[in-house]
Amino acid sequence: MLSGLLDGIFSGISLGSVLLLAALGLAIVFGLMGVINMAHGELMMLGAYTTYMVQNALKGTPLFGIYIFIALIAAFIVTAIFGLVLERGVIRYLYGRPLETLLATWGVSLILQQLVRSVSWQLVTIVALFCLLFFGAMWIVARRTDFERARGWFLTIMIPLSAAAAIATGNVLGTLYKPAFTKLWFDARNVDVTAPKWLRGGFPIAGTQFSYARIFIIVLTIACVVGVYWFLNNTSWGLRIRSVTQNRTMSACLGIPTKKVDALTFALGSGLAGLAGCAVSLLGSVGPNTGQNYIVDTFMVVVVGGVGKLAGSIIAALAIGTANYLIGSNTLVDLTAPIKPLSDTFAFFSTISMAKVLVFALIIAFLQFRPGGLFPQKGRTVDA
Amino acid sequence: MILAHRSLEAGSLQLEIKLVDALIQSKPKARQRLLLEAGIVAAIALLLLFVIPPILVGSGQGFRVNLLGRYLALAIAALGIDLIWGFTGILSLGHGVFFALGGYSLAMFLLLQLPDGQLPDFFSPYGVTELPWLWQPFYSLPFTLFAIVFIPTIVAAILGYLVFRNRIRGVYFSILTQAALIVFFNFFNGQQKLINGTNGLKTDTATIFGQTVSSPPIQAFLYTLTILLLVGGYALSRWLTSGRSGRLLVAVRDDEARMRFSGYDPTMFKVLVFAISAGLAGIAGALYTVQSGIITPQAMNIAFSIEMVIWVAVGGRATIVGAILGTLIVNFAKSILSEQYAQIWYFFQGGLFLIVVTVLPGGILGWLREDGVRLVRSQINKRRPLQTYPSLEEDPDVQYERKNLTNRESDR
Amino acid sequence: MAKSFGRREFMILGSTAAGSILLKACGSNPSTTASPGASPAASTAASTSAAGNTVKVGILHSLSGTMAISEKSVVDAENLAIEEINKAGGVLGKQIEAIIEDGNSDWPTFAEKAKKLIDQDKVATVFGCWTSASRKAVLPVFESKNSLLWYPVQYEGQECSKNVFYTGAAPNQQIEPSVDWLLENKGKEFFLVGSDYVFPRTANTIIKAQLAAKGGNTVGEDYIPLGSTEVKSVIQKIKQALPNGGVIYNSLNGDSNVAFFKELQASGLNPDKYPSMSVSIAEEEVKAIGVDYLQGHYAAWNYFQTVNSPASTKFVDAFKAKYGSDRVVNDPMEAAYIMVYLWKQSVEKAGTYEDLEKVKTAAYGQTFDAPEGRITMNPNHHLSKFVRIGEVGEDSLFKIVYETKEAVKPVPWNQFVADTKGFACDWSDPAKGGKYKTT
Repeated sequence: MLSGLLDGIFSGISLGSVLLLAALGLAIVFGLMGVINMAHGELMMLGAYTTYMVQNALKGTPLFGIYIFIALIAAFIVTAIFGLVLERGVIRYLYGRPLETLLATWGVSLILQQLVRSVSWQLVTIVALFCLLFFGAMWIVARRTDFERARGWFLTIMIPLSAAAAIATGNVLGTLYKPAFTKLWFDARNVDVTAPKWLRGGFPIAGTQFSYARIFIIVLTIACVVGVYWFLNNTSWGLRIRSVTQNRTMSACLGIPTKKVDALTFALGSGLAGLAGCAVSLLGSVGPNTGQNYIVDTFMVVVVGGVGKLAGSIIAALAIGTANYLIGSNTLVDLTAPIKPLSDTFAFFSTISMAKVLVFALIIAFLQFRPGGLFPQKGRTVDA
Repeated sequence: MILAHRSLEAGSLQLEIKLVDALIQSKPKARQRLLLEAGIVAAIALLLLFVIPPILVGSGQGFRVNLLGRYLALAIAALGIDLIWGFTGILSLGHGVFFALGGYSLAMFLLLQLPDGQLPDFFSPYGVTELPWLWQPFYSLPFTLFAIVFIPTIVAAILGYLVFRNRIRGVYFSILTQAALIVFFNFFNGQQKLINGTNGLKTDTATIFGQTVSSPPIQAFLYTLTILLLVGGYALSRWLTSGRSGRLLVAVRDDEARMRFSGYDPTMFKVLVFAISAGLAGIAGALYTVQSGIITPQAMNIAFSIEMVIWVAVGGRATIVGAILGTLIVNFAKSILSEQYAQIWYFFQGGLFLIVVTVLPGGILGWLREDGVRLVRSQINKRRPLQTYPSLEEDPDVQYERKNLTNRESDR
Repeated sequence: MAKSFGRREFMILGSTAAGSILLKACGSNPSTTASPGASPAASTAASTSAAGNTVKVGILHSLSGTMAISEKSVVDAENLAIEEINKAGGVLGKQIEAIIEDGNSDWPTFAEKAKKLIDQDKVATVFGCWTSASRKAVLPVFESKNSLLWYPVQYEGQECSKNVFYTGAAPNQQIEPSVDWLLENKGKEFFLVGSDYVFPRTANTIIKAQLAAKGGNTVGEDYIPLGSTEVKSVIQKIKQALPNGGVIYNSLNGDSNVAFFKELQASGLNPDKYPSMSVSIAEEEVKAIGVDYLQGHYAAWNYFQTVNSPASTKFVDAFKAKYGSDRVVNDPMEAAYIMVYLWKQSVEKAGTYEDLEKVKTAAYGQTFDAPEGRITMNPNHHLSKFVRIGEVGEDSLFKIVYETKEAVKPVPWNQFVADTKGFACDWSDPAKGGKYKTT
């Protein structure tokens, strides 16, 4: 009985911490910019693939035992840079249009999914060459004073030209160095991430066993939450982020560079997604669809938690994780065994699929009382 | 009751709307235009009915007639999306639920077209010997027809009421509809004994009027029915979005708070329009199912519901023709592209999302109406329509200065 | 206005150009595309023979979406077989031209593409499908157009269409022998885990009936949504139901397996106390999951890469030569490979590829020295196959711990399920057909 209870608590926390880690970046970005990033799951996937690449690079070296830490850092950096590019390239044009942002980031997520399936040196070369030619030419031409007038012409000439040049080069290189150059990096298949030896297995206690990987994720989540909390409350950029979250216009008036704050926050949120991706690669599979499994659950965390405080996300993630676990396993059925109808109801919902049904119903019910989530944003601007 | 309450508080706005309406109605031109539009719609419908299929069959692309029929069915769902997203500004990512509910309703009816006492054959491996209660009502055709439209409508109305009542909107609403989608997907997927889980219900081999559903006469009938219902859906959408109700919908989109201050209760309008669009999705689902031959929980995957939005966005938000046009264009592009380059479709689709929201917010129709018209005019007259004086707008130096001023780094 | 117009114009042109780059880049890259012209087999076919001198066949698998993971390698195996046949002179003196269509992991799309292959491309036959759902979706198409499908994957049975040849295992060629073997060697208490779709559910129905008949005991069963990685509560249920160890019968598919085995190991359920038997894990999956998590667990198939026979070695070598030495072959790939050959043999015996009735009649009794052993096509459209059980070894290949001496005859209608008990299928006899009572 004791072991069952311990196991239940541990599993609930562990599920919750995975959710929290995945939702943390999303919640920060949503709180600051009101933007739901549908590509968040794909950023996680990028983090997981980074882990895979680090693992392969370090295989056989003495560093292999601690590759997971290097992978964490690498995943953070890669996804943060990617998030930055995403923000600068797409999202900054869409501020104030949250629904359009949602659609645009969905588009990005589709592209990312296909990208890992079909990325090869050839594709990389072609895209890089095109960017080089096109933006290079633009950089040169843009210094001419009458650029504005010639812009249309410039674009119609340069785009096909650089595209043709890039594709031609790519294809020539492709036929010259055939197997190596056109070989897909990952393919559509899943790749394997094997945890270092000390993370496999579990810690036996009172007749049950706590998985080291899950303990690692719980610790990682705590570290991330503490880190984010410290960053937001004890650094000048954190102060700026909080200020913009509360009142964008006023902050801008006071000289806070809101554009930079946006970019930074988005990069931070994406980096956290990368960390989450690295973490979930210890539990599940790494493949093009990895991110899709997490998005809806993490969105629910943000909805339930509200955007006012970090604590909202923490409580929501733990609550949803625990609820999913308790309903999905037989725990509630056993607990309510004396009350027959209740236990029958729980038994009906006691598979993972059905647990989600019940949890969603509970969330809708919860929102009837607190439409803004646990910690709604305060102020008059939120809803008239 | 709502009406009385509203008219008391919103006297002035009402008066204004009435005046404008009266102005529009009084113009004899309006009637003419309506007739013209009806004529065009009828002509296109006839074209789709009698001209396109023989051409396709003649060119050896016979299977594309079936595709066209299916995409026209999807266009009905797109009309619903256009109503709520294009006009009312509510982004639902969960329309797959309503689509599937409609599809399942009709599929259940078709599967029950069996001799007495027999069960649909998928039941036997699961050891189900008695028809589940859920299936019982679907013996009756009137109930099925009712269910196709009204089960999605009722589900949407309940969900919509619970959500809109609390002024949950924008992104929150979108996410909740998406979660609802996942929940319904899980439910349908897991209920093997009830509705055959992942495998879904197969309608192709069911018989109706003594013929299998996949036989040519039935398919031709369904094709015709799809076009008729699409015309009906078009008329309904036109009716809803013209005049006062249309302005109300746009008011919800553009400034819900102000609308509330004017004494209208947006909740009920939103619930209503959400429910109507769900009903349209239900009809679409039923028609799509019988033409593609199968309905599975896959109709409720996340991607499909978001795709519906992109059809509307490509065609043109808040234009009814755009919704239909966009559906056909995107789906045929998908069908043709994925035949040639199986993997490119995802890149293409992702790019489509990006392009449509960043550079073509009006979709194809919006672009045609604004830039396209201007482009054609400037090609014909070599002159752009002017908003101010020729001495200002046509003087290159003035223009150059203006552009340069607005492009200053500090203004960005 | 002017500013935004400029940017807008740029973005339009830029994105169309980017799109076209990707389009062309991948279109020109044979290994990333499945367009017919780019498939090596098809291009050799097209180049070496004049138009009209080829036989068109359709290949219909998911090249995109969730199922692409598994189905792509099956396409590779089919292409290999077609290439080999073409090199050896083709079929009836004609080269085979493969038309590859993408089912996009979406069942209605499968039906749509099947219609296209039959109506527009007029293919002689179609090789394709992986999931039962996709097969069920295309079945009406093949039946109404009276065309022919070859299906290469092990499945739940309870089907026997005259328009389909099934070259994967029927339940009695994979599930039932493996349950018997477990009962004999590993224990009587079974926990059944599966993905939430038709194959695991039907398979588990069969297993439960079989266990009840043979003195075993089903202590629990649970299902995980396809693709879900939250398996913690299943593990918990297993622990509760089997506190002192027992057999885990695993019919999970795809991604969930990875999470499942990682969690299994972390929770201390080791294969010595909790041996698991999987029916959807083959060599490729072992690679993707990571051998460290799987070592010591079992899988049941008809073919493993480690099968030691000349045909098997030849198949493995040919595959590695064509696709790279890091690739592995597995059971569905082998079934896909042999079905192309079986089609070729049937066509050659019938002397025509257009008259499907003749081809089908010719197919009955065809034998082939397959990598797994000498297999025979039965009049019930299923193959007699060898059954093997393998244990995952250090080298991420399977050590074969059990194999049948002779090929096992297929039983499509399951004899453990009350509804189909006593039924069989025989298409060689018009009086019997797809489902007739034997007793």
